[in-house]
Amino acid sequence: MGGRGRETAPAKPDAATLVADECTQDLVAIELCDITKVFPGVRANDCVTFSVRKGEVHCLLGENGAGKSTLMNVLAGIYMPEEGRIRVGGSEVCIACPRDSIDLGIGMVHQHSSLIPNFTVLENLLLGQGKGVRLSVTEATQGLSRLSDLLGVEVDPSTVVSQLSLGQQQQVEIIKALWQGSKVLVLDEPTSMLTPKGIEDLEQVLVRLKGEGLAVVFITHKLHEAFTIGDRVSVLRQGRLVGTIEPDTMRASTPRQLQQMVVNLMFPGEAESLANVAELQDLSDVVGSGCVGRLGEPLLELEDVTVAAERGEVGIGEKLSLTLHAGEVLGIAGVDGNGQRPLAEAIAGQRRVSGGDIRLAGKSIRKLSIGARQRLGLRYVTDDRLGEGIVGRLSVAVNMVSKSIGSPPFWTRGRTHPERIEANAKTLVDEYHIMTPSVETQAGSLSGGNIQKVVLARELSFGPKVVVFNKPTYGLDVKTTTAVRSRIRQLADGGKSGALVISTDLEELLALSDRVAVLSRGRLMGIVSNKPGAEQEIGALMIGGTHVD
Amino acid sequence: MIDTATEQALPADAVEAPALWRRWTSGFWRHAAPVVYGLIAGGVLLLILGKNPVGFYWTTLESGLLTWGGLMQTIIRLAPLLLMSAGFIVAFQAGLWNIGGDGQFLMAAALVGGLGSYMVDAMPYGLALVLLCVMGFVIGGVWTIVPSFLKAYYNMNEIITSLMMAYLGINLANLLIKGPLLTTTSFVPQTNVIPFDYLLPYLPGTKIHIGIIIALVVLAAIHYMQTRTGYGLRLRILGANPKAAVHAGINVKRDIMTAFALSGALIGLAAAVEILGVWGYVRADWNPAFGMSLFAIVFLAGLNVMVVIPFVFFFAVIQIGGHEAARQAGLPNDFLLLLIGLVLFFMVLTEWAREKGWPRMGRKTVATVSEVRAEEAVDNG
Ligand SMILES: Nc1ncnc2c1ncn2[C@@H]1O[C@H](COP(=O)(O)OP(=O)(O)OP(=O)(O)O)[C@@H](O)[C@H]1O
Ligand SMILES: [Mg+2]
Repeated sequence: MGGRGRETAPAKPDAATLVADECTQDLVAIELCDITKVFPGVRANDCVTFSVRKGEVHCLLGENGAGKSTLMNVLAGIYMPEEGRIRVGGSEVCIACPRDSIDLGIGMVHQHSSLIPNFTVLENLLLGQGKGVRLSVTEATQGLSRLSDLLGVEVDPSTVVSQLSLGQQQQVEIIKALWQGSKVLVLDEPTSMLTPKGIEDLEQVLVRLKGEGLAVVFITHKLHEAFTIGDRVSVLRQGRLVGTIEPDTMRASTPRQLQQMVVNLMFPGEAESLANVAELQDLSDVVGSGCVGRLGEPLLELEDVTVAAERGEVGIGEKLSLTLHAGEVLGIAGVDGNGQRPLAEAIAGQRRVSGGDIRLAGKSIRKLSIGARQRLGLRYVTDDRLGEGIVGRLSVAVNMVSKSIGSPPFWTRGRTHPERIEANAKTLVDEYHIMTPSVETQAGSLSGGNIQKVVLARELSFGPKVVVFNKPTYGLDVKTTTAVRSRIRQLADGGKSGALVISTDLEELLALSDRVAVLSRGRLMGIVSNKPGAEQEIGALMIGGTHVD
Repeated sequence: MIDTATEQALPADAVEAPALWRRWTSGFWRHAAPVVYGLIAGGVLLLILGKNPVGFYWTTLESGLLTWGGLMQTIIRLAPLLLMSAGFIVAFQAGLWNIGGDGQFLMAAALVGGLGSYMVDAMPYGLALVLLCVMGFVIGGVWTIVPSFLKAYYNMNEIITSLMMAYLGINLANLLIKGPLLTTTSFVPQTNVIPFDYLLPYLPGTKIHIGIIIALVVLAAIHYMQTRTGYGLRLRILGANPKAAVHAGINVKRDIMTAFALSGALIGLAAAVEILGVWGYVRADWNPAFGMSLFAIVFLAGLNVMVVIPFVFFFAVIQIGGHEAARQAGLPNDFLLLLIGLVLFFMVLTEWAREKGWPRMGRKTVATVSEVRAEEAVDNG
């Protein structure tokens, strides 16, 4: 690592004095001045000025499509801004490509995984090395295990990245960014797939790094995270910086007050209507908010299902039985990569079950194709929205009907009706407040949260019977998260449909579900009714006990 | 490379005339520039060889485009080239690398040429021609079954399998011509000759056979299929993101098989049109090898069957006119391939440079690049 590894730094006395020096001078690590970045049809950044000091975590908040990722991509050398200057350590620099950015000591965790899928974890980490540094594999493995311990990550360095769950990929990305020994660390929604425990570990690591003089930019949609981790909070709205809460104010205000301030900045004029926004409630308010007791007919039944693991992945190793009733939201809790995806894909038909049976409304669907299952009203909201959820190069409008190709009203006798596809898309864009220049825009160019909205809109717009949601609100801003949760609840409350919600966010599951099943290492640990005290029970199941309700 | 997927299924709103004009000219220059560079480089080469480049190019232009006879030759050549391009585009757009076009072409050609004379004897000649075209179409399609089946069901790399099938096809075609389909009337190793009067009819007042009409109609149909049908969209999704195709519940296996077959079938039809329109027979060891040069061309045309027409036309002019020019200049025919290679090379190069936003003229260019992208998006609508 050539001494650049951040975790070795505190041992060196000179590093410590250096940090002290910098703190007294309150040096600004990075300064973005008047950055303007225009995409066809949108001003993603409009004269944004943003800075991070050494030893500071600066949180960047904003609704979906506000321009957060764009601003950071400017810093990462992915986009060249039309206007504006970037100063690093006081001197103006030109960042023309990602290499420039890395050489300046800027480490970046992108919103969507930028790891190379066909490489192993270790190879990906080695790729992140600065040039000219030779590195022995053993040393690298040691370094990796040290970092993994810090973050509580369990990944085998020889696993091929494409076999990891997205949550694990996110962790590897964080390790990769830390590994490079960056001076500035940019984390774009690093916690969207982590469990509360994982987030806590990350927080601790960040606090330590801060102490070493690292500057951190932290993008998140979870307000409480911003307040616990951040020293300063800035809010972007429609490409403009609309406000910054300085450290003094941060310290002087209660989380409630801060939330109010931020919500007012993010959604001015909508504060009242947002009183019930998920984030703004306490956990105690949400527990038991599901409606246990009036479950209808069994809709989706899994009986002794096992799913073979693909290379390096956790499958469903033990027979799993589960019933989703009409009118029910059944949550599935657990750390990402514990068999969630194999389970979801087996239900959706994207994978074969190696044993057992799956029934939809009493009829076995085990042998049916994906399309046939969809026609029976089974929908799957994937968590891999870029990988398989959308076709990035096709338009938003087309992506919204990509699961109904060939069927009326968009197609009659195989002929496309573009005007109907367009009208459908316009309705959904309005309904889900999708921020896009037009429905003809390439779906892949939307912001992460807006892509998620496209996926959700598509699945929910065709009157599904059973929907399997894999991390439905990942990457959504507080307002949209609430809207989506209430939609999922509505879907079930109609009494004819049911939803299976897989999430790493316990709070979300407690806010939504009637019952919560816990999945660990490909095993169903138990199912808990969502009533007061459920949180502790789930926690216990995650650690190990068994409990069946 | 032109981003094929910006091309969208839905029509763009009407664009104002000046913008349209500007877009058209900028688009034209974008495509024309590499041709100019390529010709300059070729000219330098000619100078080194001690030939007169201006004379060479003039002869090419004259005998490929500016004389009536040359123009007719070019248009006649256009027919099979266009059909073949359409075949490649159908496959490539679905993300299927049908590299074995020459095998499909020759298999269809050998059988159409070999059986043609018997068919025109046995039935009314119009019916025979239609049946022969259908036969070429079917044989080309059948020759893709092995690679597409292996791809669809065992995810085997179709580049390798279709290339293998091409070797097989080329050699089997020769074997057929020298064996069962060998002519009974001459000592040359070739098939029987279909009498001249029984070949595809000419367009009124010309010596151009109706192949070009067939090609244009087929191209229009393919364009319609790609932009206005569910099948076309499924293939586009398959090509752009196969995982998304699976996730969307598309019957990927079926679509791989049909798209591959359609690709081969169009190439087979190209062969039938060439044999029935120009030759009337197939000689052993005949292989025009159109496939390889067309790969690059269809990509440069953004896998768009309409955009490909001018590209292929230009290619045909060089093939026809250059043949004459090379003969006059005393150069081997290989020089033509070199010239085409140079043009293609510069096409790829300028395309790459454009992607990079190069040459950079200060920071403003970045904006221009994204503008160009936006224009493209509208362009392809
Ligand atoms: N490559 C691109 N091409 C065109 N438009 C883009 C591109 N990237 C981003 N945009 C547009 O810029 C705007 C800001 O996007 P950005 O990704 O920065 O949002 P964000 O704040 O990160 O949102 P999210 O919370 O959803 O991730 C969006 O309207 C998006 O459509
Ligand atoms: Mg973002």
